[in-house]
Amino acid sequence: MNLPLFRPEDDPGPSFLGLLGHLGLGPTEFFRGAAGVDPGLSPHATTVVAVRHSEGVIMAGDRRATSGNFISHRSIEKVFPADRHSGVAISGTAGIAMEMVRLFQLQLEHYEKVEGKALSLDGKANQLSQMVRANLPLAMQGLVVVPLFAGYDHRHDTGRLFQYDVTGGRYEERDHAATGSGMLHASTVVKLRYREDMTEDEAVDVVVEALFQAADEDSATGGPDLIRGIYPVVASITAAGFERFDDQRVADRTTALLDTLIGNQIGGHPSS
Amino acid sequence: MYVSPEQIMKDKADFARKGIARGRAAIGCTFADGVLLCAENPSNTLRKVSEIYDRIGFVGVGRYNEFDSLRKGGVRHADLKGYTYSREDVDARSLANLYAETLGGYFTHEPKPLEIEMLVGEMGEEPDGDQLFHLLYDGTVMDMRTFAVIGGEADAIRGRFEETWSRDSALTVAIGAAVTALAGPERRLSADDLEVAVLARPNSRRAFRRIEGDELDGLLA
Repeated sequence: MNLPLFRPEDDPGPSFLGLLGHLGLGPTEFFRGAAGVDPGLSPHATTVVAVRHSEGVIMAGDRRATSGNFISHRSIEKVFPADRHSGVAISGTAGIAMEMVRLFQLQLEHYEKVEGKALSLDGKANQLSQMVRANLPLAMQGLVVVPLFAGYDHRHDTGRLFQYDVTGGRYEERDHAATGSGMLHASTVVKLRYREDMTEDEAVDVVVEALFQAADEDSATGGPDLIRGIYPVVASITAAGFERFDDQRVADRTTALLDTLIGNQIGGHPSS
Repeated sequence: MYVSPEQIMKDKADFARKGIARGRAAIGCTFADGVLLCAENPSNTLRKVSEIYDRIGFVGVGRYNEFDSLRKGGVRHADLKGYTYSREDVDARSLANLYAETLGGYFTHEPKPLEIEMLVGEMGEEPDGDQLFHLLYDGTVMDMRTFAVIGGEADAIRGRFEETWSRDSALTVAIGAAVTALAGPERRLSADDLEVAVLARPNSRRAFRRIEGDELDGLLA
């Protein structure tokens, strides 16, 4: 590999995607002209949620990927750090989405290194918007990717979250957002449980329950797997940065939720 | 008119050396927890010290526009390589070689050589793995295991630095030694005159961290 030096008029600036495009390595070039793709052929990832609380944002995603009727993976991850103070969660075609996340992470880091200064949170959200929009030709062929983006905005001292649509439309949500096949069920739980100024712990309980209920209704969303010890990925974004919770913490909150649900069942059927 | 190749090379080297000698110096050295990069730089926006990759840092002295365009080239090379292969495959050695090729190319083929000197530092997994590459204006690359001084008055600074610095110093000691050596006997440098960063082992994936403001004041006190 050589040293990529450019004349001022050709310089791609701080954009890593611009650099790739310049060198003919752009991410969507491989797929140009591909015919419609049977969704059964490629794994799909589903149901991620984000909830704002008093100190920042909690993001969470289930662990299942499906190819048509098959469960293709039981423990994939759908929640990733985008940089130190933001995170991205994905739903849709897993392969394309993960590559989009990898490029998005690189894009943010590359900008920060070349410019010597990180992008603003709005700048980051806008970058992701452009990447989703660039995927539109593939989305028309069935390879849809719809992410969620959340971060801590140091300029406003608050957590913020953004929802997208397949055309790259970007919608800032005030309190919570969800996407993926289980989004309706997850959103309903979050909507009912949400309160202003929840603590981080309360927000964790809300997302764990939301994903549990989504998995209960949507076959493409995976519930907690107690036998294999697979639990949703839960991450917190606060002024201190992005942190993925360890599985034990999520396992404990899941167990607490299951105890409550079982308790309710017993309470609901006095005859048993 | 005939001018011998020796004379052309000598003139170019003198020209480049003169340009570099006008600028302020920088030191790169290892310390107990990684690599320290310390430059005298009164500007806090036009950087001499920068992050290249997870474990790789950069210092340039001389003409700002010249080393800054090589710095950007280095960031692009490293990010492309990490994207194409894996993050582990990005190393300072191959970057230093590319820089050497570029500097050598300019020195031999262009009418004006680049008036810059650069350091590429890499923090190893273990203290033994730390590496510093010192690059000269003509493409000479030197593999320095312990420390290197670049820029104006480098010899005098090197002498002073060797007296106080030792390989496994704590960060405070290493910064103290670097700052005293850069200042010389007649000056005192404050945090405003310095640009300091470390590649430090306890840090997360991105080991590069700037030390500035109150933290630097504290370490200099």
